[in-house]
Amino acid sequence: MSQAIAQIKKISGHAGEAPAANMEPGYTVCKLVDTTTCIGCKACEVACLEWNGYPFRETLFDNTYQTMPETAWNYWNLIKFNEVDRPDGSVTLLMRKDQCMHCAEPGCLAACPADGAIVQYSNGIVDFQQAQCIGCGYCVSGCPFNIPKFNPVTRKMFKCTLCVDRVTQGLEPACIKTCPTGCLHFGSKEDMTFLAETRAKQLRDHYGLQNAGVYDPSGVGGTSVIYVLHDATNPEAYGGLPKDPRIPWTVRLWKGPAKWIGNLAMIGGVLGVLLHYMRFGPKCVPGKERKGGEA
Amino acid sequence: MSETQIVRYSMNERIHHWVGSLTYVYCLVTGLAFWSPYLFWLTVLVGGGPAARFWHPWSGVVFAISTMWMYKLWSRDMAVTDIDRIWSAEMKYYVENQDEKLPPVGRFNYGQKLFFWIMLCGGVALLLSGLGLWFVESIASVWRHIAIAIHVTAALATIGAFIIHVYMGTAMVRGSFNAMVTGTVSASWARHHHRLWYERVARRNESREMGPANPARG
Repeated sequence: MSQAIAQIKKISGHAGEAPAANMEPGYTVCKLVDTTTCIGCKACEVACLEWNGYPFRETLFDNTYQTMPETAWNYWNLIKFNEVDRPDGSVTLLMRKDQCMHCAEPGCLAACPADGAIVQYSNGIVDFQQAQCIGCGYCVSGCPFNIPKFNPVTRKMFKCTLCVDRVTQGLEPACIKTCPTGCLHFGSKEDMTFLAETRAKQLRDHYGLQNAGVYDPSGVGGTSVIYVLHDATNPEAYGGLPKDPRIPWTVRLWKGPAKWIGNLAMIGGVLGVLLHYMRFGPKCVPGKERKGGEA
Repeated sequence: MSETQIVRYSMNERIHHWVGSLTYVYCLVTGLAFWSPYLFWLTVLVGGGPAARFWHPWSGVVFAISTMWMYKLWSRDMAVTDIDRIWSAEMKYYVENQDEKLPPVGRFNYGQKLFFWIMLCGGVALLLSGLGLWFVESIASVWRHIAIAIHVTAALATIGAFIIHVYMGTAMVRGSFNAMVTGTVSASWARHHHRLWYERVARRNESREMGPANPARG
């Protein structure tokens, strides 16, 4: 939710093209999360609440350090703590900052039926516009990362805005601003990808992490939040990060071919009965002609 | 001139038919708005997008209840019989208005029965999948996707049946709309469209010594 001044290049539920659909953006912005240097301090969780004006809420203790099981409509940024067994029998704690991934091909936007309730700016940020949201929850079905959350009081959907209100004013997102270890970085997608690949190479060459790599899933067109992972071959270990996220095939079918087949069938049905009436006319009781059985 | 009238639908049947129709039309209008961006303007007719989203599932629940009530009322009349199988094989005569070439039918013909079963099965499928879309955050993601597929398929199937039903009930079969409003049809209408049912009703009325039929309304 924001009143940011940014060019909109994709609009949900919209009949026709978006205003900036054919414009070239200056650059796509990107957040880089280096999970290998995260210490799980949760400063980003607090900064997110403070900047976006939400109160801190009670935690849901589930025998881990994690604040609550998943993000909430007023808790957009959550460190996921995962205890993972190493092959040598010891245990490692994987920590991942979970939030909206700001996909280049957003499943939420594809599924949304409300005109303008979800927009994608030309800088890559995907943003919910609560004034247009009808609260149907289709975005929940469209999202492969389980991010959009429903506010039962206002009946609107909420999620991370990538601090678009700060970004359009030349500031970095609140979580980046507060991170004490420098595991969070913000810049252009190009720069962040370069930085992430450099770090992954360093981990492979000097830390013995042969599977270290960058998480920037191509199934959703790449994301504006990318991770450096100790083991990029097993993202599921980081608390439900899907290996190959895609817009679900039922959503693509529903919003693609099914729409046109369904529309043709419905129009065909109406035209069919009209043609039938013109060809055969009404069914009347014999001897009563057009008055039929009417009393 | 007023011809002898026969009761075709009781008050109970008519009320449930119209509760079902109105709730179905509400779900259809709002559902089409959610279906296509080019039809989202339909939400304006019912008080805007959030209102449409709020009432669509409740209207659907009432629709599902009314179809189940109609099942209670009509399940016996709607059972497909051997006559229906003969009739369905020669349905083209019905479509071409050559009714004299068809075997006489009971209270409902095969087409009406087909519509009833499509709406009943569609109603159940729409209700169950609709619950999945309604409480989307409470179910696993695989169920979300199954619910979408079922809801869309069932909706399109019922829309096809609905178009034909409305056309036949208003423009094509003259007298049937009136029957669903006032509850009565003329004896000649009943004899022409539902001969076996007419004969059964006439016999029953005679045996009760109530004359050939109920008095006309109005």
